[in-house]
Amino acid sequence: MKYSYYPGCTLKTKAQELEKFALDSANELGIELIEQKDWQCCGAVYPMGEDEIVTKLSSVRSLAAAKDRNEKLVTLCSACHHVIKRVNEDMKKKVEVREKVNNYLQLENDYKGEGEVIHFLEMMRDDFGFEQLSKKIKKSLNGRKIGAYYGCLLLRPEKDMKFDDSENPIIMENFIEALGGVAIKYPYRTECCGGYLVTENKSITEEMTNNIIRSAVMNGIEEIVTACPLCKYNLENSHQAKKNNVSVVYFTELLAESLNVK
Amino acid sequence: MKKMKITPDKYENELLQIKKISSEMVNDCMQCGKCTAGCPATLEMDLLPHQIIRYLQLGQFHKVIESKTIWSCASCFTCAARCPRGVDLAKLMEAIRLISLRKKGNNRLNVEDVSQLMTDQKMPQQAIVSALRKYSK
Repeated sequence: MKYSYYPGCTLKTKAQELEKFALDSANELGIELIEQKDWQCCGAVYPMGEDEIVTKLSSVRSLAAAKDRNEKLVTLCSACHHVIKRVNEDMKKKVEVREKVNNYLQLENDYKGEGEVIHFLEMMRDDFGFEQLSKKIKKSLNGRKIGAYYGCLLLRPEKDMKFDDSENPIIMENFIEALGGVAIKYPYRTECCGGYLVTENKSITEEMTNNIIRSAVMNGIEEIVTACPLCKYNLENSHQAKKNNVSVVYFTELLAESLNVK
Repeated sequence: MKKMKITPDKYENELLQIKKISSEMVNDCMQCGKCTAGCPATLEMDLLPHQIIRYLQLGQFHKVIESKTIWSCASCFTCAARCPRGVDLAKLMEAIRLISLRKKGNNRLNVEDVSQLMTDQKMPQQAIVSALRKYSK
């Protein structure tokens, strides 16, 4: 299995472990993730304005490059995935965006959304298979009580992201179970952590993250997994997480641990 | 009961801009309040999410542009996911913010301020890039 791989800015700096554990695990499983040449920052937030074009270009460059290699594009960071996936949907559905972007980029062949971007978790579920994954486990998580934290960016809007049921997702729980952990569902697992609001107003993110951690703790969860560097940062900083000694780790760390490559 | 008369304010052009930038139909909203019920970020909102739409329906643009609410929204898309009328309030919030930010001198975060944010050694790049995109033009 061979894929184009888009890392994103945070994975090369503050979230290096998210990438390292993913690449080491993929290598162990015989999955080839080839980092794209000249990838550019996705911009971290999807430009929602219908008249915003420039901020969509970097995603299209990556999508088109992967398409030219006849490879799916794999992402790891929730934010990158969200932006690139939604831009791809725009390129498929919105004639005006498609025309303007192509007019600007002047690629050899116009890009019309033919490429496919998938998140690492989707690759494991749909291409590799969780059942197959569970057979490759060398060190089971041995019944550890783990809570999946989805946050916003992988799930919503469901019609564009097509990742899972946005109100009642199951992919991360299935992933945890495949590694031998006990996945515990808790009510706040799809609630927002506050995201970038932390740069402007910490009191809002503090309240939002405390609600999430409190909900997890009430359900007997001792560790939380996420795919998003900003969610991890916000959740770890919450008073409740420190008080209850709840650890927040990347999903790839669990994977590397159970494949014995951590 | 006290009677009051509401007339649209002078910002007709801004209301058209919101429609153009968001492509959302505010009049589809029937004020059921599901957006507000599910919003996780209401702590410091002076107007609740469904009230933002109501003011737009009534042509009261000055109310929404002056509100703290538009800057408390985290763009988590929960409101849009749950709206039974298919109104994407997250896109409306973005359109209102963009109208404000596109005016000269209205940036809420400047590149010079980034080094201050980076004094927190753990602050991920993703947060800084998002904030610059969301708070400056």
